[in-house]
Amino acid sequence: MTHSVIKLTTTPEDHRIAQLTAAAIGLALIDAAIPLPLPGVKPGLANIVTLIVLARYGWRTAAWVSGLRVIAGGLLLGQFLSPGFFMSLSGALLSLAVLAFAIRLPRRWFGPVSWSILAAFAHIGGQLLLARVWLIPHNGLFYLVPLFSAAALGFGMINGLIAARLLSEMATSAPAPETEVFRV
Amino acid sequence: MHWLGFLKPGDWLVALLGLVFCAASFPLAWQAGVAEKAVIKRGGEVFAELDLGRNRSIEVPGPLGVTTITVERRRVRVVTDPGPRQYCVRQGWLARPGEIAICAPNQVSVQIQGSKEAYDSLSY
Repeated sequence: MTHSVIKLTTTPEDHRIAQLTAAAIGLALIDAAIPLPLPGVKPGLANIVTLIVLARYGWRTAAWVSGLRVIAGGLLLGQFLSPGFFMSLSGALLSLAVLAFAIRLPRRWFGPVSWSILAAFAHIGGQLLLARVWLIPHNGLFYLVPLFSAAALGFGMINGLIAARLLSEMATSAPAPETEVFRV
Repeated sequence: MHWLGFLKPGDWLVALLGLVFCAASFPLAWQAGVAEKAVIKRGGEVFAELDLGRNRSIEVPGPLGVTTITVERRRVRVVTDPGPRQYCVRQGWLARPGEIAICAPNQVSVQIQGSKEAYDSLSY
């Protein structure tokens, strides 16, 4: 019998990403359990975690948490590498791209609600684009744009408000770690 | 309000822009392809094309008898048909591009044609 030990060295940063991703995956599972009339319309609760991570630890960590959540969530829901997985992946990627710009908006004027709404619109944009190119190559798909954009606005606003509230509670209860927090 | 306190001025602006986008997307997405005319076919060949702007009735003779089709207020319907099950009559008014009523026994169909040709169906 060969005896080998594989040792993975992890940094505190890795632990933090793992913890936050676990929270995001939990919310993604709750998300999937909520019945909604139209396929593709979901509250996107896991994005609350993405927003909080973005505010406290920056875009890089948020990208890790978001990407890992999409992959692990896909595995847990049994839709890894299925069309649904690629839909949420394209949505997440475009959201992250938009968030990279959104966090550069002056914090004095724009908060998590703005990021959330912008990211939600980017999310449906990414999904519609992929669906149009790959799954349903027909312009009839764009009949759904009004419904999707209304959902993006509503859920984006709600998620942003929840994230803003949690962030303000965190700021008052515990001072945030190393990386910059609310620079006003 | 407690929750509204989390909204910064820019957040209101972004929400407003989102609302404008939503409101604008409704007419843009749902007006595509205006219904222009009704195409009536008998035995697979075009029998008549009716302008939806003019109210009129037309009688289409088929193997079983006469099918009557009426255009009224930019809509079209099959009024009478000699077929046994009356599916095309019960379908009622057709108003949107691509909608079709088929009276198969009498070999008559009426379909609304819009400015753009759409697919009947797509499958993968």
